[in-house]
Amino acid sequence: MTAPSTDPSPAVGTETPAASSASSASFVALRVLAVRGLSVRFTMRDGRHVAAVDDVTFDLAAGECLALVGESGCGKSVLASALLGLLPANARTAGSAVVDGVELLGAGERTLARTVRGRRIGLVPQSPAAHLTPVRTVGAQLAETVRALTGLRGTDARDAALTAAARAAFPAGHLDRYPHELSGGLAQRAATAIALVGDAPLLLADEPTTGLDRELVDHTADELRRHADEGHAILLITHDLAAAARTADRVAVMYAGRIVEIASAEAFFGSLGPRHPYARGLLNALPEREFAPIPGLPPELGDLPAGCAFAPRCPRADDACTVLPRLAGGVACHHPEDRHA
Amino acid sequence: MLELRDITAGYDRREPVVRGASLTVAPGEAVGLLGPSGCGKSTLAKVAALLHRPAAGQVVIDGEPVNGWRHAAPRTLRTAVGVVFQQPRLSADPRLRLRELIAEPLRAVGRSRAEAAARALETAEAVGLTGELLGRRPHEVSDGQLQRACLARALVLRPSWLVCDEMTAMLDASTTAALVNVVEDYRREHRAGLLAVGHDRVLLDRWCDRTVEWSRIAQA
Ligand code: SF4
Repeated sequence: MTAPSTDPSPAVGTETPAASSASSASFVALRVLAVRGLSVRFTMRDGRHVAAVDDVTFDLAAGECLALVGESGCGKSVLASALLGLLPANARTAGSAVVDGVELLGAGERTLARTVRGRRIGLVPQSPAAHLTPVRTVGAQLAETVRALTGLRGTDARDAALTAAARAAFPAGHLDRYPHELSGGLAQRAATAIALVGDAPLLLADEPTTGLDRELVDHTADELRRHADEGHAILLITHDLAAAARTADRVAVMYAGRIVEIASAEAFFGSLGPRHPYARGLLNALPEREFAPIPGLPPELGDLPAGCAFAPRCPRADDACTVLPRLAGGVACHHPEDRHA
Repeated sequence: MLELRDITAGYDRREPVVRGASLTVAPGEAVGLLGPSGCGKSTLAKVAALLHRPAAGQVVIDGEPVNGWRHAAPRTLRTAVGVVFQQPRLSADPRLRLRELIAEPLRAVGRSRAEAAARALETAEAVGLTGELLGRRPHEVSDGQLQRACLARALVLRPSWLVCDEMTAMLDASTTAALVNVVEDYRREHRAGLLAVGHDRVLLDRWCDRTVEWSRIAQA
């Protein structure tokens, strides 16, 4: 698989945040992440190959939040692991992923540890309580991250820790607490503060709302939105469409390892709706909509049908769909919903 | 009727996490219990599923108080209530293949291997699991597939009551709707009652006949 040539134009789709938020206007041309033809293949023990991520291309600009949505096993967490260099040894990558001038694919562990994790990509983890070390106070963990990432010592380190805490809206008076003494919301902010220390231009939020109450989901979503408005690029990986609707400027839908639709959040969640049959089905499954599941199960990544992977579940499938649809005009489908009908 | 009468429950000698909670589910009725995380609703769900002995109060099924608790109620009584939890990876034995996971409750109540296998297959199909998937172990399937297996396991003894504690909290919208449909089909066919515990009001309102707030049924 060859990566398409990287075009020098500004990031795709940056019009949306620029139009909707004046405060992010100055970040518009700054492409933080460029992913081109990214594929991740696992070699299984029996010698089979499984394409968990296949030919994924997208851009992400400063001040913009892109939500990557899809069901579990669709490849979205593998994509996150690829960006962080955290793939298992049996994984092979192809294509390119450049964050803030650094190529991530094939980068050595030293480069990743020294220039990427925490410095170019801050990770806002799933279940922050589990991500924090239980036996040390939030302040101690924050200070340690500051020392590791910035080399600052003493009062300078303390100041940097306080700044990160303030930016994550973590109350300074709680820095001497242990993770288990924090509410779910504060634990989430503590983990976010740690992600903010290195001033990474890209924040990667991996299922940050799983298992949270709706109120806390909204709160977490709003905090992420605020970090985007302050100039971070945010990649929000989630199965929670409500959180995506609340936070994102654009939505990318993954199915069986491929992006099948990428659209502005306004069009996607608004009256126009998605154009890809899978994306439409996913939205229709929400309890506030039809509450109707998409029939069948997602396909096995090691055993994909020829052509469109959604065909066995798709009401619009026909002979044309035995040919793999390419992503064109934001949708990978031979019979997408026509917006102009 | 599945009745929870004035239940107080907790862990060891610590402060109880549930105080004076009362709730009734009629046969064939679907009741949603809404509450914030950490309020004690999961502990009450375990009591209703006869898996956690209350410190005070009574669980009454069809007029008969549940007695003979050790940590859990006697197995013969427990077969009346099926339960599904939020995190399938914590509740499913990682060594079992999905078909064994689903058949195990039948084996535990003394059904023959052949009968257990046949019934497990039937139930697996009802939750959308077929073929080669059933030969896999939990780490070889997705969260959604594993949760389908856990639901099948809860239904395989054809319980009169079902307790679903945040069953869909980790799942995408389509899998959520699919699992709710399976539960509803089962309830229609067997006139089973449901206690669905969760924090998602939109979901529980759509799913259940009535929804009650934790603060209305338990003491603070
Ligand atoms: S390409 Fe065909 S099968 Fe695939 S989503 Fe579009 S209509 Fe359905």
